[in-house]
Order: sequence, then C-alpha cells, then structure tokens
Amino acid sequence: MTTTTPQFSAPPTRQTSISAWAKKNLFGDWFNTLLTIVSVLVLGWVLTTLLSWAFTSARWDVIPSNFKLLMVGRYPVNLLWRIWLSLAVIMGLGGFSWGVLSRDTRLLDRRGLIMLGILSATLVLVLALLTDPVSIAISLGLIILLVGMAFVGQQIGRVQPQLGTWLPLLWLFGFIVSYALVRGLIFGAPVRLDDFSGLLLTLFAAVVSIVLSFPLGVLLALGRRSELPIIRWLSVIYIEVIRGLPLITILFASQLLVPLALPGYIRTGRVVRALVGLTLFSAAYLAENVRGGLQAVPRGQTEAAKALGMNPVLTTSLIVLPQALKAVIPTIVGQFISLFKDTSLLTIVGFAELLGMGQTVLANPEYLGRNGEVLLFIGLIYFLCCSAMSWASRRLEKQLGTARPTVLPPDVAGEAA
Amino acid sequence: MTQPQIETTDTKASAEPIITAKNVEKWYDNNFHVLKGVSLTVTKGEVVVVMGPSGSGKSTFIRTFNALEPYQKGSIEIDGIQLSHDLKNIDAIRREVGMVFQQFNLFPHLTVLQNVTLAPKWVRRWPKAKAEEVAMQLLERVGILNQANKFPGQLSGGQQQRVAIARALAMQPKVMLFDEPTSALDPEMVREVLDVMRTLASSGMTMVCVTHEVGFAREVADRVVLMADGLLVEEATPAEFFSNPKEERSKKFLSQILH
Repeated sequence: MTTTTPQFSAPPTRQTSISAWAKKNLFGDWFNTLLTIVSVLVLGWVLTTLLSWAFTSARWDVIPSNFKLLMVGRYPVNLLWRIWLSLAVIMGLGGFSWGVLSRDTRLLDRRGLIMLGILSATLVLVLALLTDPVSIAISLGLIILLVGMAFVGQQIGRVQPQLGTWLPLLWLFGFIVSYALVRGLIFGAPVRLDDFSGLLLTLFAAVVSIVLSFPLGVLLALGRRSELPIIRWLSVIYIEVIRGLPLITILFASQLLVPLALPGYIRTGRVVRALVGLTLFSAAYLAENVRGGLQAVPRGQTEAAKALGMNPVLTTSLIVLPQALKAVIPTIVGQFISLFKDTSLLTIVGFAELLGMGQTVLANPEYLGRNGEVLLFIGLIYFLCCSAMSWASRRLEKQLGTARPTVLPPDVAGEAA
Repeated sequence: MTQPQIETTDTKASAEPIITAKNVEKWYDNNFHVLKGVSLTVTKGEVVVVMGPSGSGKSTFIRTFNALEPYQKGSIEIDGIQLSHDLKNIDAIRREVGMVFQQFNLFPHLTVLQNVTLAPKWVRRWPKAKAEEVAMQLLERVGILNQANKFPGQLSGGQQQRVAIARALAMQPKVMLFDEPTSALDPEMVREVLDVMRTLASSGMTMVCVTHEVGFAREVADRVVLMADGLLVEEATPAEFFSNPKEERSKKFLSQILH
C-alpha cells in the first residue's frame, strides 16, 4: 500500500422516486398488494362517510354556541380575564423553558418556523369559527408571548446554564400563581373549586393529579424496594390493592365513602375528593413503572456510590433515581396521558368536566341529537392534548438522549486507540 | 478466635497495620461457604496483590473491607475502626477506603468531572471550588484532564477506568482496593491503567489489588497472596512466590496462568 489515507467508498445510492418506493413497499408481492387495496378501500369508505356527514348533515352550530361552556364551564364571564392571565403565565413559562432547554441549538429552524406558522394559522381559523375576535386577538398575543419568551429564555439560559435545573421549581411556582389567579385568591372575587367545569376542570384535575402522583409514585416504588419489611409490605399492599380496583370504584368511594368515614367537622370539597382518588390511583401505577426503571439500574452503580461513602439517601437521589427515571420517561408519560383521559370518568360521578359538559349541552332540548358533533369535538380536544404530551415526551427523551450519547464517537475511539 | 494470631508479615514488620482481617468467614445466602477463615494484615504503604483462580473468594474477601459484602464470623479493623454492623462505622470506613471495580461503575448520567467531584461535595462536604480543584489535579494525574466535561459513555474503557481511579482518590482515602481493574479492558488498554496504578503505588498509597497481571505483581507488589477455595493458601514476596512457591496449590495455579 502506498497511500496512507484509508479509502472510503460511498454507500450505493438508494432509489428515492415515489413509484419505486410504492412498488417496493405497497406492491411488493401479491399479499402486500392485497393488503394495500383492502386498506385503501376501508380507509376511503370511512373517510368519505365521515366527511360527507361532517360537511352535509352535521349541524356544527352547537359547538360555537357552547364553546365557552365547553372550555371554562360556568366560570363568571366578567372574570374571564383571570383565565387569560393565567394562560399567559403558563404560555410565558412554556416559552421560557423551551428557550432555556434549547440554549445550545437554534430555536426555530425553517421547519420549526413553518410548523409554527401553520399551527397559528390553523388556530386562528378554528377560533374564528368558534369564538369572538377579542379571543382570537388574545390567542395570537399568547403565541407571540410564547415565542418571545423562548428568545428571552434562550438568551438568559446562555448566561446562566444552571437555570435548567430550576425549571421544575419555576413551573410549580407558575402553577400556584395561575391557580391562585383562576380561583381569585389574588385579585378578589373568589370562585369555588367545586364550581370549576368544562375543559378547565379537566386540565386542572389532570395537572394536579399528575403533579401529586409523581412524587407519591416514586416514594411507593422506593418503599417497595425498601429493606424495612413494614415499609415494603405497606407499599406492596397499597400498590396491589389499588391496581386491583377499577378507577371508577375508587372515584365513587372517594365521593361517597370518604365523607362518611371522616368525622363531621372535616369537610372536603367534591373536586378535592376526586383529585385524591385520581392521585392515589395513578400513584400505584406510576410506582410500578418507576420500579421497572429502578431495576434497570445496574447493581454496580449502588456499589460504587456506597464505596464512595454515600449514604442510602444520597445514593438513591443522586445516582439511582436520575438514571431510573430517565429510563422510564416514555412509560411515565404514557401513564400521564392515560390519567389525563381517565379524568373523563369524573362525568360518571357527576362532574361537568369536558365530557360532562358535553353531556350537559346534549341534554339541552335545543341541541337534542347532536351527539356526533359534540363528541367528535371533545374527542378532538382530548387528542390534541394527548398528542401534545407525547410530542413533549419525545422532545425530552431526545434532549436527554443526545446530550449523553452512549456510543463512542469516532474521534474519541481514534484518540483512545 | 481468642488464640493469638501468628503474623506472617516480616516485611515492614515495624510499620503499623492499617487493615487487620482475622479469620473472616462468610456464607452466601445459599449456604455456600465462600470464605473459610481468612486472615490478612496490611501495613501502611504496602501493596498487596491477591491472586487466585476464579471462585476462590478473592473479590469477596476484599469487598468485605468496605462492607460491600457482609461477613458472619471473624473481625476486620481498618485504620483503627472496627468494622461492625454499626452504620456509622461502615460510613467512616468507606470514607477512608477507595475502591476500583472491574466494570468501572462510573455514573453514566454525570460528566467525568461531576463523577469525580460528587462524593467530595456530598460526603466530605467540600465547597464546589475545592472539590473541582482537587478533581482537576487528579484527572491530570491520570491523564484525562482534556476529557473532564465528557460523559463516561464517550470514553474508552481504559479512560473510564482511569476516571474511576481518580474518582476513588478524590475522597483522599488511606487505602485503595482494586477488584480486577484490568479484567474488563481490551488488551491495548490494560497498560495505561496499570501505569496509573504503578504511579499510585510509588506515591506510597496502601493498595490491595485483586489482579491476574503477573508483571504488575512482580514489579509493584510488596507481597503476593494466593487464595483458593475460600482459604489463604500462600503469602510471600513476589520474587519468592513466582520463582519458588511453597504450596502445591500455588504451583498448580502458577502453571495455569504462566502457561
């Protein structure tokens, strides 16, 4: 060999034309072709039926006339600004976190910009059909706030990189502020928690039970692995009993049995009792997910921590939990998504959350028989919220994954050899 | 156990012992008798290499020194602290005893620098600046300074093991235990780790190493100990052990590893 540089050969170019792709993936063999034809037929039938219903016989006026009711329920109209303000807090915080987390990358590449444009345009269009111009203007303002705060967050994040670790605390604070705003604890005229309804109640119930069930679930998972038998048994009993019960029985129990069991002078609101039920239920499942993550952390990690003189609390909080939780982000988010959807069961125990409010609307003689329209709209809202959560989880995973690659990059491998 | 032990340490007899293990016995949960009464005394600044076939209990033995493995009978004293079930004693001993593992066991979610500073910051309660200063010195000593902000997964095996040594040293231990530190390494990376261990030994650190590296044992060890079937079979200087072993079991073992 006379050359010192290694010879690289390019990989064979791949066929990228649509017809070639279709031939390979859709009509590869007779079975594949059959599957393609059947799927297209079924899909086509479903879509044409749905669309022809949606554009001809469906009477969508039920949605705009009840839009406010479905969103915030019976929240006093003259106090709606408080909800907008708390939304602004959340959006601002969201943008700020987005900026801080992507301090090392570009905030919006061309694709992101296009996505944002499409999303805002769709939002404005949909809102134009559903609500008044003022709300549309405020919504647009909120999007601008989001992007603006993202740029602010990026700039601050570059100066103060350790800010990232404080974000959860900031969020907790943000939630408390927006809760206080909506409840009217800050600017007078309080609204009772039990008067929350519509999407507002759905979101409130989901967020609170997610935030509360997370630490409880982690504690239960740790308890189940505890070396103290009492703690371990209690955790096991709790987890297995809850997992053996349907959520709906727990919700009924929290509504009907808890007031009977508690002494008369302790009064709990209905929403609070429902939240307790949801939280206790979700915590048990979360505990099992987290336990899976704990088992995935190799024993050598604990041994190394012990050998360095770290006590069990330090070992768990600094070594084991961070690795365990990172490993189960997808399952935990899955759990949160299903908890979010499970809040619809509150309808059955008599709450007017999003689905319950839909039932209320349908019970109105004026809108009799509009089940399809209302349920489809509600389903769409659930779908949007859930896909937003799973999108955020994928982003989070990517963020954590790319920051810590486990494969050896070529330059390091070369250096080490 | 009340009868006085006959100490075989004639080298550095005047130096004070830092590890005194007497008749250590251990059974695994399945009643397997893994340590059948092992005694060893290591004096300050001494380098002891523990050899033996796999399953002889050598790793288990040195892991009893920092209570990673509990034992049922006998006694272990490290730097004047009796190793008992008292958690305070265990923590006190672990602060003085550093350990390097076969599988490195670096914390994958922390950078190299964070790996090294974590225990000094949280266990020794050093301020961040001091912990980082000490860490950087150690990383320079093991030749990893330019990798300080990488994650363990980005380093080669040899580099990871050198970080692991720096991490153990950051606690400024009085004794270092090495549990087959080169066994999981690719052949071309063994040397860089042994070099670091050599330098450490010449700096006067007390070391107990479980290893199969004959060259290292010959050159660096003050004493070589052979364990087989849960017993300490022979204890000798490396020169004696490798050229003129007394016990049949040692001859058999040496014939197997020296080919």
